[in-house]
Amino acid sequence: MTLQNFMNEAISPWMREEGPDSDIVLSSRIRLARNFANVSYPIIADKDKLEEIRDFFRDNYENQSFEEYKDFAFVAISDLSPVEKRVLVEKHLISPHLAENAEIAAALISENEQVSLMVNEEDHIRIQLYLPGFQLENALQKAFTFDDFLEEKVNYAFDETRGYLTSCPTNVGTGMRASVMMHLPALAMTKQINRMIPAINQLGLVVRGIYGEGSEAIGSIFQISNQITLGKTEEDIVEDLQSVVKQLIDHERKARSRIMEQSRTSLEDRIFRSYGVLEYSRVIESKEAAVCLSNVRLGIDLGFIENVSRNILNELMILTQPGFLQQYAKRTLTANERDILRASLIRERLQLEK
Amino acid sequence: MECQECHERPATLHFTQYVNGQKSEVHVCEVCAKEKGYMNYPEEGYSLHNLLSGLMNFDTSTIKGPQQNTFQQVQELQCPKCEMTFSEFKQVGKFGCAVCYDTFSSRLDPIFRRVHAGNTKHQGKIPKRQGGDLHNKKLMEDYKSKLKRLIEDEAFEEAAEVRDKIKALENNTQDPEEGDPS
Repeated sequence: MTLQNFMNEAISPWMREEGPDSDIVLSSRIRLARNFANVSYPIIADKDKLEEIRDFFRDNYENQSFEEYKDFAFVAISDLSPVEKRVLVEKHLISPHLAENAEIAAALISENEQVSLMVNEEDHIRIQLYLPGFQLENALQKAFTFDDFLEEKVNYAFDETRGYLTSCPTNVGTGMRASVMMHLPALAMTKQINRMIPAINQLGLVVRGIYGEGSEAIGSIFQISNQITLGKTEEDIVEDLQSVVKQLIDHERKARSRIMEQSRTSLEDRIFRSYGVLEYSRVIESKEAAVCLSNVRLGIDLGFIENVSRNILNELMILTQPGFLQQYAKRTLTANERDILRASLIRERLQLEK
Repeated sequence: MECQECHERPATLHFTQYVNGQKSEVHVCEVCAKEKGYMNYPEEGYSLHNLLSGLMNFDTSTIKGPQQNTFQQVQELQCPKCEMTFSEFKQVGKFGCAVCYDTFSSRLDPIFRRVHAGNTKHQGKIPKRQGGDLHNKKLMEDYKSKLKRLIEDEAFEEAAEVRDKIKALENNTQDPEEGDPS
């Protein structure tokens, strides 16, 4: 498996399958933070120690397979161009923080891009496992299995009382961050989400807008994750998160049908205007594209738009990010050039669907 | 002047913004200012990491009187492995290594309690290989609390089953139902 494969396609292979409730939940993710017992953490450790860790992962796991995760690609961050780093971040295969730790950081990515293992991020090891749609429990079991596989060769920093010892006190214990990405256009349109977020926060969960700054969510995509990692089992944390996600799905569906009943025509108008913008614009900013894509996806979910696949939001959301556009153009682009290329890529992609 | 965001309400707030050295004027109403994030409310604007170092500074040494403080400075906790001191830890908000957890152990409970909703003790996964005896120890704790609950509920038949499991575990023989098939 080579880096090039990850660069060519915006949409990861695992995203092509539809998961449960995938009209609203785009993906489920489990992240586990782990460290070597005998090496200081990346913020303070000597460079040669961290290089040993990086090399350990290359020597032991490069091109190896484990269960459905085949042919791990070993990617040293120091070998990547700025655009390549950006693409991996935009695909959520690595974190922005990992991309900054260029000298000693690396990633192991499975062929289906379902598992990515970040080496020398804030912790020595960050395991990320993705599943399409709403299947957190399944993702947790898979992440545990992968964690056990790594533990065959790695002595983890673990303590009976404190659990998995992480660099940041906010991750100690389970070291787990479970999250889902949700498309909540109706709750955002009616501003109901603004009232729900504080209540969700009180339950020890965090709601964040994706592709937006602060609490604003451009394109109505939200990430919901757990904040607490100590004092509860992973299963309990996942269960709590799941029950909140279920309620959000429920509220979103209700809000959709209420809008359909009360202002169907104006909703339809809004959806088709967005569709028109995507189909015909020659210059489009990322924010406008995100808003239009969200509306079109809602249009597909509600049956207004036919013959366009639902995956289009996932795919174009990533494909139209600055890193990907420049990867596609094979050169650095100014903001205006990006807006032009974005518009033309979206037009092409929608043509393909017809 | 009307609000430049909603074009409905009058603009009551006027800002000068500098983004990457570029100056721009913003005229908005209060509703849009809140919504678009022009106004920073302290309870919303902080990330957890910002808050964390604040939380940790609110720790014992600052609460005690100034005289005691000077003594504490002298004998500050320092990790024998990575050489991180407790005040460095508070400043950075990150541990330097696994040994820091032992070194700073006496000071950590209040921090963990604040960050993890009152919790200080791990309840979750135990490493499969390294865990060794811990797995049985945890299983025993689970059984015992289950037994207690069953007795309280007067479910004696089920309680007897759990008691047998505890006995089996004590004798270190594999449980017929939950043990390894091997």
